[in-house]
Parts: sequence; C-alpha cells; structure tokens
Amino acid sequence: MITERALNIKDLINDKPEEGLFAYNRLAMTSPEILELEKQKIFQKCWLYLGHESEVTKPGDFVRRDIAGEPLFFVRSRQTGKINVFYNTCTHRGATICRQDTGTVRTLQCFYHSWTFNTDGELVGVPDEEGYGAWDRKKWGLKSPRVENYRGFLFVNFNPDAEDLITYLAGAREYLDYVVDGPEAVAELFGIPEGGLELLRGTHSYAIKANWKLLAENSIDGYHVGPVHETYMQYLRNAGVQTGGGVQGGEGKDLGNGHGVMQSVAPWGRPIAQWIPTFGEAAKPDIERMHDYLLQKFGEERGHTISQLSRNLLVFPNLVINDIMGITVRTFHPLAPDYMEVTQKELAPKGERGDLRAMRLDSYLSFLGPGGFASPDDTEAMEACQQGFQAKQVEWTNMSRGLHHHPPKYTDEHHIRAFWRGWYRRMTAEE
Amino acid sequence: MQKEGSEVNTPEKSLETISRQEVEDFLYKEGYLLDEWQLDEWLSLFTPDAQYMVPTNDLPEADPENDLVYIDHDFDRMKAWTVRLKNSMAHREYPWSHTVHMVSNVRLLGVEDGRLIVTAPFLVWRFRYKDSEYFAGHYRYALKLVDGELKIRSKRVRMDMPSLRPRGAISIIL
Repeated sequence: MITERALNIKDLINDKPEEGLFAYNRLAMTSPEILELEKQKIFQKCWLYLGHESEVTKPGDFVRRDIAGEPLFFVRSRQTGKINVFYNTCTHRGATICRQDTGTVRTLQCFYHSWTFNTDGELVGVPDEEGYGAWDRKKWGLKSPRVENYRGFLFVNFNPDAEDLITYLAGAREYLDYVVDGPEAVAELFGIPEGGLELLRGTHSYAIKANWKLLAENSIDGYHVGPVHETYMQYLRNAGVQTGGGVQGGEGKDLGNGHGVMQSVAPWGRPIAQWIPTFGEAAKPDIERMHDYLLQKFGEERGHTISQLSRNLLVFPNLVINDIMGITVRTFHPLAPDYMEVTQKELAPKGERGDLRAMRLDSYLSFLGPGGFASPDDTEAMEACQQGFQAKQVEWTNMSRGLHHHPPKYTDEHHIRAFWRGWYRRMTAEE
Repeated sequence: MQKEGSEVNTPEKSLETISRQEVEDFLYKEGYLLDEWQLDEWLSLFTPDAQYMVPTNDLPEADPENDLVYIDHDFDRMKAWTVRLKNSMAHREYPWSHTVHMVSNVRLLGVEDGRLIVTAPFLVWRFRYKDSEYFAGHYRYALKLVDGELKIRSKRVRMDMPSLRPRGAISIIL
C-alpha cells in the first residue's frame, strides 16, 4: 500500500494497456501534498481559462476573477480598446484595487492610499508624490500575467516560459472551432452584422465537495449518462422526445496535452441545430434552416459535426465546454483536496432572436446547472466518490474501460485517460 | 355581490380585502407541504399558468428570457420537477433531505392586474447525510384567488448569499 509518507508520483498511475489496465491510486484525490504539487506543476504552468472577450464590450468594462487562487481582473482599455489583464493588487501596499465583480471604470483607484491607475495599468495618480523624491513612477504600474485570446476565449499563464496558447491547445483547437463556427455561420444566415458568441449575464457559481479532477472526469464521461441521468431521459420521454437507447455510438478522443473530448449524436436537442419537440413547433423551421445552411457552408461532414453532434470538451486542466443542449463554459479550481469552486456560464450567439434565445436558455436549464434536472446528480456522484476515497485500504480506481477498442467510443474512458496521462506527464516533469 | 344561503352575510373574499394572516397561513402551508415532501399537494397551490423562478446569486434582477438563471419553470416543468423528485433515480435527493422552510416578515404590497404581490424573507435549511446547509433570501409571490382560494401565479426566489458556495446544488424546492 502506498502511504502518504512515502508518496512518489510515479507510483500513482498504473498504465499497462498491454494488460488491459489503467488505474490510479486514490491518494491522487485525497492528499494535500499532491494538491500542493498540482498548484506548482499544473496551475502555475498551464494556460488557464480566464473569461470571454464579450464580458467586457465597452471601454472601461472590467471583470474581477480569481484564477488558481490568484486575484486578477481584466479590463477593456479606454486608450486602445484592447483587453488588459492585471493582478488585482496595488503595487504600493498590496490591497486589491478592483473590488467589484463587474462594472465600468474611468480609472482604478486603490482605496487604501489613493494610488490611481488607468485602464492600461499605468500609475497616473499618487497623492503627495513629493514624498517619493526623484522616483520613476512608470515602474510602479499594475503587473500582468501572460494572456492570449483564442477566438474570444481569454487564457492566462503564470509561467513566463510557457509555450504559446495555440501550441498548448493542440487538438482541442479543432473542437473549439466547432463551437465557434456554428454560431458565426448562423449570424451570417440571419444577417446579424456583429456575429459570434457572447457569454450571457448570470453565473452559476457553486462548489463540489470533491477533488477537482473528479469534475474533469465527469464532464467527459459518457458512461455515467444512462444511470445518473435516467430522470432527465424520463423527462425528455414524457415531453415526447424519442430518446432511443440514450447516447449511442459516438467517439472519445485524446486531443494531446491532457485535453480530451467525447462527441456523439444525443437524444436531446441542440439550438444549433437539432430540433426536438420541447423546442416547440414555432422554432422548427428556423432550426432546420440553420442545419441546412451549416451543411451547405461547411460541407456534409463538418456541417453535420457542427450541427448534429454533441460534444463535451475538456481543455486541460480545468476548462470544460459542453456544446450539448446549450453551450456551457465551466471552470473549476481546487481549494482543498476534497473541495472545488465551480464557475459556469452560458455561451450564445450574439444578436440571437428573442424566441430562439429563450428556447436556448430553457433547453440549457432543463439539464444544466445547480437547479437543472441532471447536474445536481453529477454533483452527488462526485461527492459520493470523494466519500468513498476515505476507505484508504481500497487504493485503486479502475479507468480501463475501452482499452481494447479501436477507435474508442463515447462511453469509453479513453479521453479520460488522456487527461490522466497529461496530468502524470506534468506532475513528473523535471523543472 | 353576495352569495346565497348561509353565506349571505359573508362578503365575497377578494384580494383587496384579504388579511395578512390569511396570506401567512397560506405560505406556512406551502412550507409545511415542502417539508413533508407532499409534492402533488404543493403543486396544487399553483395556477396552471404559473411560473417559478430562481435567478442566479449575481443577477437577482435577471430576465429568464435573456439571462442565465438557476431555475425557470412553467407549470408543466414544475410538474416534471415533482415527478423527478419522487423518483429514486434523482440521486441528489434519494433519500430525501430533511428540510425546514421558514418564512417571515410577510408584506402585502397591493393588487396589480388581479394579482396580490407578496414579499417575504425566507430561510430554508437542508439536512442530508453529511450536508447541513441553508438557503436565505426573499420570496416574491403573485397570488390569485381561484374559486375563493389563494393560488400562486408566480414565485420568484431571490437568494441573498453572494454565491451558491459552498453548496453544490439547489436540489430541493425552495
């Protein structure tokens, strides 16, 4: 038995595909030392999702957000119109200077001693500045982490030596493109000039008393959908939706660098673009138009992928985009080995017509979020796992499903193993 | 207008004349039915065109047609909700939690479009296995009189915690 005292990361994963076995030791889910290592080797090294550019549309708009425990905010510059990301700490004595979750500012003033910064982070006001003698005020502007924007998604990295974001995203980039391409094309179809995606107002901010990696697993786990979400399938059936045998066929993919995806035709509807009866007859012609347009624009295969396939994408380590009955942007951060904070929002096409927007929101809420007909049961499953991990004599979790399948299926664990192999590679990397 | 027979001297009940005590009794009954998990009886307190809404903690003024909320049910979805919660496959609530629904400081704000607007702070406790958690906020009801009985036309549940954390779900009916 591996005890916490003699813990070696290399012993925590038992990866023997030739024996049909992939297992991890549950200390990975319970040990405070492992969490400390994860903070250093993963959360301080990887590109982490921060937010979406649509959250700050006007100059001076800001959003405050903690990422991996670090206080940050991003703001659209009044000088350049670009988005700046800053550590939310005054360069003077350290107080947080952005003290609301969202808003619009001309300048940012620290309330402690009234140092004032503009939206480019330059220090522009210091009361009684003579007290600093002949100093160089320019050196005391706000500090920034590295930041990159991929098609509207903002990522930060605390490691100055990290690879660029596109390289980091590896195969996940293609799946992000599917999420963005559909709504952009639909904007053309409906003649909406500033097409694309926007994050809607309103945030699902909740917590799960479980290790953060359980949510990475759960978010791309097709195997649990039947048993955990039977009541959701029942709801669909009672509403006249043909659910067949649930999610059938489909595929799971290792996208490199710890990223994974599962993708399939699913029984629920997709606002872009798969109609089901709960969407109402009135929406049917528009959804069919979207479907036809996507096939015409992108061709049979890509058009089908964008419009008909549901995909759950995990961008290592902690960004999940579920492009299913709605589009979620879900991110989660560990505060303890058995506790994570989850922040989830909804993406929708900009300028979407009112009735289609209302339908999209309704579809999302039927399944997703802390008040949905499905997500609360996921939370229950993850917390049940964490409670089970307290049985310390039972050391190993079996993650071997579908090792012999080529190609792997939606309901296999191939794409979850991709996450774990990415985790292992980073946790065992030499500095 | 007066009714015939023995009630000849009783004025017709109206939203304008209804007492706070009657409204309080009605809200206490709702809390009791939820604590007892008498979900069909709870559902019968609503009109067939009812709405039940819980906005997110960060956007209490949300419009569910445009903004993300936690829950936005019409009567059919509320019915599906009770069906789900009675199913042993609703894992977060099987077995059911113990709950305590408390409502107080009831205020009758007047009648608008044939609906009596009522607000009241609430405190709902939920206990289950290792969970012990509370939900605190303000209810806003629009009540109607149907055949002389109070019914809920809409119920808006505004939570006053800054986020749902450390809670993981709204798995009970608030």
